[in-house]
Amino acid sequence: MNPKLTRRRFIKGVIASGAAATSTTIWYAANGAAKPPGAVERLIRINVNGQARSVDVASQETLASTLRYKLGLTGTKLGCNRGECGACTVLVNDVPSYACSVLTHSVKNMRVETVEGLESANGDLHPVQQAFVDELSPQCGYCTPGQVMSAVGLLRSNPNPTREEARQGMAGNICRCGSYDSYLNGVMRAAQIG
Amino acid sequence: MAYMHIGKDFVPPDVPGKVTGRIKYAEDYARDGMVYARLLTSPVPHGRVVDIDASEALAMDGVFGILTADDVYPDGEPQSPGLKVLTNEPTLMGEPILAVAAIDEKTAENAMAAISLTIERLPFVLDPLDSLAEGGSDAYNGGNTFIFRQGFAEEKWTADQVESFKSGNEPTAEAQQSWEYGDLEAGFAAADFVHETTFSTAGYPHMSMEPRSAMAYWENGKCYLHGTSQSLSAIAEPMAAIVGVPLEDFVFINEATGGGFGQRARAGSIPSMAIPAKLSQKINRPVMMRVSREEEFTIGGARQGLQGWIKVGFKSDGTMSAMDMYCISDNGGKGGGGDANSAAAGVSALYQTEAMRFRNTSIGTNTGHRGAQRGPGENQIMAIVAPIMDKAAEELGVDRLEIRKLNAAQNGDVSGPRNTPFTSAYMPEALEQGAAQFDWEGKKGRSRQTNGSKVRGLGIGQGYHNAGRSGMDGIIRLMPSGRLQIHNGVGNLGTYSYASTSRAAAEVLKMEWENCDVVTGRTDRHLPITSPQDGSNSIFTNTRTCYGAAQDLLGKMKEIAAMDLGGVAADYEIDGSRIYQIADSNVGMTYAEVAQRGMELGGKFTGEAELPEELNTLTALSVSRLAGSALMGIYHDPRHNNNPPGFTVTFLEIELDTETGKFDILDLVTIAECGTVVHPQGLANQLRGGAVWGIGLSALERHLYDPQNGLPASSGFWQSKIPTYLDTPAEIGTGWVDLPDPENPVGARGIGEPSMGAVSAALNAAISDALGGHLFDSAPVTTDMIINHIAGVSEEAKPLAQNNFRG
Repeated sequence: MNPKLTRRRFIKGVIASGAAATSTTIWYAANGAAKPPGAVERLIRINVNGQARSVDVASQETLASTLRYKLGLTGTKLGCNRGECGACTVLVNDVPSYACSVLTHSVKNMRVETVEGLESANGDLHPVQQAFVDELSPQCGYCTPGQVMSAVGLLRSNPNPTREEARQGMAGNICRCGSYDSYLNGVMRAAQIG
Repeated sequence: MAYMHIGKDFVPPDVPGKVTGRIKYAEDYARDGMVYARLLTSPVPHGRVVDIDASEALAMDGVFGILTADDVYPDGEPQSPGLKVLTNEPTLMGEPILAVAAIDEKTAENAMAAISLTIERLPFVLDPLDSLAEGGSDAYNGGNTFIFRQGFAEEKWTADQVESFKSGNEPTAEAQQSWEYGDLEAGFAAADFVHETTFSTAGYPHMSMEPRSAMAYWENGKCYLHGTSQSLSAIAEPMAAIVGVPLEDFVFINEATGGGFGQRARAGSIPSMAIPAKLSQKINRPVMMRVSREEEFTIGGARQGLQGWIKVGFKSDGTMSAMDMYCISDNGGKGGGGDANSAAAGVSALYQTEAMRFRNTSIGTNTGHRGAQRGPGENQIMAIVAPIMDKAAEELGVDRLEIRKLNAAQNGDVSGPRNTPFTSAYMPEALEQGAAQFDWEGKKGRSRQTNGSKVRGLGIGQGYHNAGRSGMDGIIRLMPSGRLQIHNGVGNLGTYSYASTSRAAAEVLKMEWENCDVVTGRTDRHLPITSPQDGSNSIFTNTRTCYGAAQDLLGKMKEIAAMDLGGVAADYEIDGSRIYQIADSNVGMTYAEVAQRGMELGGKFTGEAELPEELNTLTALSVSRLAGSALMGIYHDPRHNNNPPGFTVTFLEIELDTETGKFDILDLVTIAECGTVVHPQGLANQLRGGAVWGIGLSALERHLYDPQNGLPASSGFWQSKIPTYLDTPAEIGTGWVDLPDPENPVGARGIGEPSMGAVSAALNAAISDALGGHLFDSAPVTTDMIINHIAGVSEEAKPLAQNNFRG
């Protein structure tokens, strides 16, 4: 786990996002409203897939909601919406994170990567995506974007994992179809492709 | 036989969309003006709605309307135990009572909070045996069971009868359902070893990854429903009926389904999809209904739990001479199922029992909605019987592998109460192949070896499911461009059967796969009827329909060539892009040219005349809408003969820690006997996925309910304890026998369900082996049960003490 994203830091982020009101003037100005005391900043900028995106975010809004319903990035799936399954896994500063359990306000000024951002400009699949195709890793596919992002995060921190390391590294992602073995085959193939 | 496509791997067309996130599930769609629905669900496990006052909610800004059971069923709710769209008579906690539509979900939630719901709390029951006992509560209004064509009824045993059963004795009450074959008395008289016990297998939820969210809108009188299913075309007609719209005005859109496992096979198991459709019709706006994980748990289905008594007799050589089985099936708060019957039929098929009697009584409880779940019945019972096979082998001095080979199904064998022959059966071959791949001879000596607190256990498991249906239809089109369009209504569940069965058409026409398109994803692309993609039947069923449609098309191509180029149809052959005279290959037409000529000719060539008789309703509608668009192959598949089985065999080794009760699976090899292999990667995936499910059944998954209030305690993935990466081996060995079945044109049969049963059986057998042959007679065998057994706490390990829901 990235020490930068500890539970304490997550909670601090929640508190900070509720308290910070230093740069909310844009949203309130745009809406012709006076900023009420203690109000939460709404219009924020987040970096998603290499692009700075301005988005109107409620204080309690999760990153998964912002990605899916504000930015149209529906590749990030909601399987449980409570931090159990990993279908919503995205990378936040290269660290696999459950987007259902991260408040969007907490990722301001961080790099968010979703499954839509992995392909190269010419349309080539990311090595993990290509390996998952070659190994026919997905079954129903609903958990696949999360599996892809966890694998990408794993291989960035450990480019040549053993199968057991890959198994441990992917353990936060559930696959009800039981395609674990096929996903591990994909991770190991992706590591070889580099 | 050398095939061009059958038995070859390929990239199913939806896979790139799955790894890039581009493929869309129901919840990924949006529509201008779309509003959101939330569900108000039952706060009690059994109740009756007395009053709903939504006036305050409806007056709130951003609230557009509500839908209640009175809207859905103006003439009263159907008096059956099945799931309803909405209900005023909830029989399980969390059952949907009404839906609110609002500008966003938060507003909908606020509106729900403003609704005054008055509900009468009724007595509830969680254990079928508690309900069976005199004075016990009934799960339904009108009884504790439902008898076909008779309605709700009350089934009661005396307190002594229930206690006697709980104490391990054969039930004495008359069963609701029974069948028998052979001479049971003589079978037991001939037995040298008899094992008699009570047993229990847990019910547990399906927990598909995708909650059954749905979005609907109406346009020009048509209802467009984005939903989830195991088969688009099998669901279309009954779903249109639930929504209340003619089939021709109903469009079901379902590009991908995030898991089914039996609970999205039929419209009756996902009637909740009608909520946004009816709400949209009522408020005249598109409606998105996102379903939460908790709601998915409640209405998403569960495996039936079985509590039963079993008596098995073996002759001195290991032949299973007689089996007597009596089950109490947990039908839950909604639905029900035939698990017990399938369990008994499965034992008959797999072990070729010489004489058998089956009895069953189904009782409702106020627990999760029950219905078919991957290998319903067969997969539970195999986990119970496999350790008994080992016990018999040990008592009779027969090798554990040999006793299975002795009783194995072979070509010419029959099974079940009607003595139905198999279409083909090669179980001995599967056992031998598995033993070789696992190195059974080399490893079996490690049985019960200890190393400190660790002990090894080995298990052999076998799985079975009836794996093939017929009577469906096929539609393919040869386009004027020369491309082949294969219309396939099999749902995109991740089995890739929608694509792999389509390849049977490409095979017949010798076409490169790159020149073929699978047409699917929404019913207004005009799909033929398919089986519901349950019961492991898609491979068998839809290779038949695609093959048949291609044969029809090929015949028409030859007829056109003969008409234009001379000779008779038999004078012509194809090469995948041209049809030509066998005598002179220079005389011929391209596929594009023959398609264009067919369109000029029209009539039977383009689906406008001489259609096959007995086309199903949906197929006939699709053909009528496609007529004239291309040279068409149209086929109605006649019924096949006999029982096409799917068989599996698993060999497995564990190391169990007697201090913690936990175990690691050191090696797992599972072999399929499913006729000709159509798609090796897809088959391997089914075997691996089935293995993971088998581990869940035998060691992890179960319902947990609070006995005081009836609250479900396992509504999430973790509490339900579905297997993770760390619960399963890092590698699962797979293999297949690959011998063709005569009732399928490419020799194929299905496998999805038995892939699980063999592993659940092998794992329970391995745990038993590691513990010196102890029989838990239960599934799952959880860590606490193992520890209690080792500690000598015997009561916790009694089968009926570990029933379906008490933790």
